[in-house]
Amino acid sequence: MAPVQVTAEVVGLRRAGAYHHMTLLAPGIPEGTRPGHFVALAVGGEGSGMLLRRAFSIHKVAPGSAGTVEIVFATHGQGTRWLADRRRGDKLDVIGPLGRPFTLPREPVACVLVAGGYGAAPLFALSEQLRARGCRVDMVLGAASEDRLFGVLEARRTSASVTVTTDDGSAGIRGRVTDPLPEIIRAAGADVVYACGPMAMLAAVAEVAAGLGAHSQCAVEEAMACGIGVCMTCVLPVRGADGVTRMVRSCTDGPVFRGSDVRWADVGSVPPDTLGAPVAGGH
Amino acid sequence: MATPAPAGRPLDPVQVDLSTRLATLRLPDPVLTASGCAAAGRELAPFLDLAAIGGVVTKSIMLEPRSGRPTPRMAETPSGMLNSIGLQGPGVEAFVAKDLRWLREHGVRTIVSIAGGSTQEYQRLAQRLRHEPGIAAIEVNISCPNVESRGQVFACDPFSAAQVVQVVRRHTAPDVPVLAKLSPDVTDIVAIARSVREAGADGLSMINTLLGMVIDPDTMRPLLGGMTGGLSGPAIRPVAVRAVWQVHAAYPDLPILGMGGIRTGRDAFEFLLAGASAVSVGTAVFNDPSALARISAELRGLLAARGIARLSDVVGLGHVQQARHVAAQAARRAAQEEALA
Repeated sequence: MAPVQVTAEVVGLRRAGAYHHMTLLAPGIPEGTRPGHFVALAVGGEGSGMLLRRAFSIHKVAPGSAGTVEIVFATHGQGTRWLADRRRGDKLDVIGPLGRPFTLPREPVACVLVAGGYGAAPLFALSEQLRARGCRVDMVLGAASEDRLFGVLEARRTSASVTVTTDDGSAGIRGRVTDPLPEIIRAAGADVVYACGPMAMLAAVAEVAAGLGAHSQCAVEEAMACGIGVCMTCVLPVRGADGVTRMVRSCTDGPVFRGSDVRWADVGSVPPDTLGAPVAGGH
Repeated sequence: MATPAPAGRPLDPVQVDLSTRLATLRLPDPVLTASGCAAAGRELAPFLDLAAIGGVVTKSIMLEPRSGRPTPRMAETPSGMLNSIGLQGPGVEAFVAKDLRWLREHGVRTIVSIAGGSTQEYQRLAQRLRHEPGIAAIEVNISCPNVESRGQVFACDPFSAAQVVQVVRRHTAPDVPVLAKLSPDVTDIVAIARSVREAGADGLSMINTLLGMVIDPDTMRPLLGGMTGGLSGPAIRPVAVRAVWQVHAAYPDLPILGMGGIRTGRDAFEFLLAGASAVSVGTAVFNDPSALARISAELRGLLAARGIARLSDVVGLGHVQQARHVAAQAARRAAQEEALA
């Protein structure tokens, strides 16, 4: 379904630990939304000097004439601080649903869902759809500290098991999500690992999954200017079905990629064997 | 005292004729996309009727596929952005087979932007595109390093800029206008305009981005993967308006596609007054993918409010107004001096 640009209304905004949880009345967007899709918001109001859209994965949607879209975000800079200062009734320009969502398995296989920080946001709608298909769902939620975990209670309510990790040990296991992950995959007999979070975490999750013969689907968080495929800034090196590596847009070709297709070690660079890579002395 | 604008009674906006011309190219609407800000065009289809806008100016096409530069490729700056994409693209063959075909099938007026690293590459691109149907005009992106001249940017040297424009003009169908896209990063943009005009350019696109840099205070090194990038957005609009004004003053008969930070109908109006016959909207599209339709409607409303029935009547009108203003001042001074005598 083609994305739509709508004037949305803020109908809810509350703190969730270190994060902000915003609910938008955004008719037209929920209908086509699937887990893994994202929205792109204009920030700063009309005529704002901040021109670039801010992209957020969709946490939840409720379709209908009062269709709502929920997002979860951290305040990283001026734009997200402006968003955090909104009040109920404020209007926002929102585009969505954008990107390629998670692919669901055809069979009721066991799945492990892994998140770093507010990367957990899109995983609950995914979990719901997986469970509706008879899939077992185990979750691993990691963050730097307890206040940067998102959705632990809901995870406990809906998953076969929930494992929490924090870098500082303020909650759950002290360490990274990839520390307990191999055992969780083995115990659940998981065939698929879904992940959303920082690039380094996704790289590590994809490697663990591949090592255990599981598929991985990773939703990347790459900086974007537009979210709709016109600015070409959110690229990363991805191997295609033909074996050729291309710099692909995470907004239109992603944000969800097969973990085995992304050249994780080369993100932030253009590998020399990329299609059209610069030759010596070239660009 | 301000000189009043030559305006009639307000009109119904539907009465305003927004059609314009860029050399031999007739456009029903004066607002086009800007190269590098609309990808191949189709990405904007969910947000705009692409056949109704002035046209799509494609991302610059090169002969071969090109990966572009590493990330980070952009940085937000006050009222603008810095980008360092590195002309990522599929190469001319894939462009013709897929993107150009799609644009043609959807009735989109298409201006193909071409870029190369040598005069020879521009020539081969022009030759390759010559017999492709559905090309309304060629825009020559000369803001590329010339590999045969120690990476000197074509647009910054009147001689190599003219050389490129000349070969593209020679190898392009006579009924397809060739526009040279000028860089503002030059000492005298009028001199470059003169040079490409004499080389056969049918018109100019101006301006390209300004070269800039952002340094990350955390890493303490340039933020962009490509170190430098092109500055665009409303921050550069006064630079662009000035450049269009200067070139139009020197060559009022040379058509100009104006661009640089246009975000509203009022912004577009400024470019028309400075001497542009049509405008491209670039960075504003990242902020608002339906911006082109909005800007066109705003421009229509603004002309109607001033009682101006035809857009073509305001192209370069700023120069006429300024001359009237200066003449009126001189006349007032003369009258005062006479009264005192």
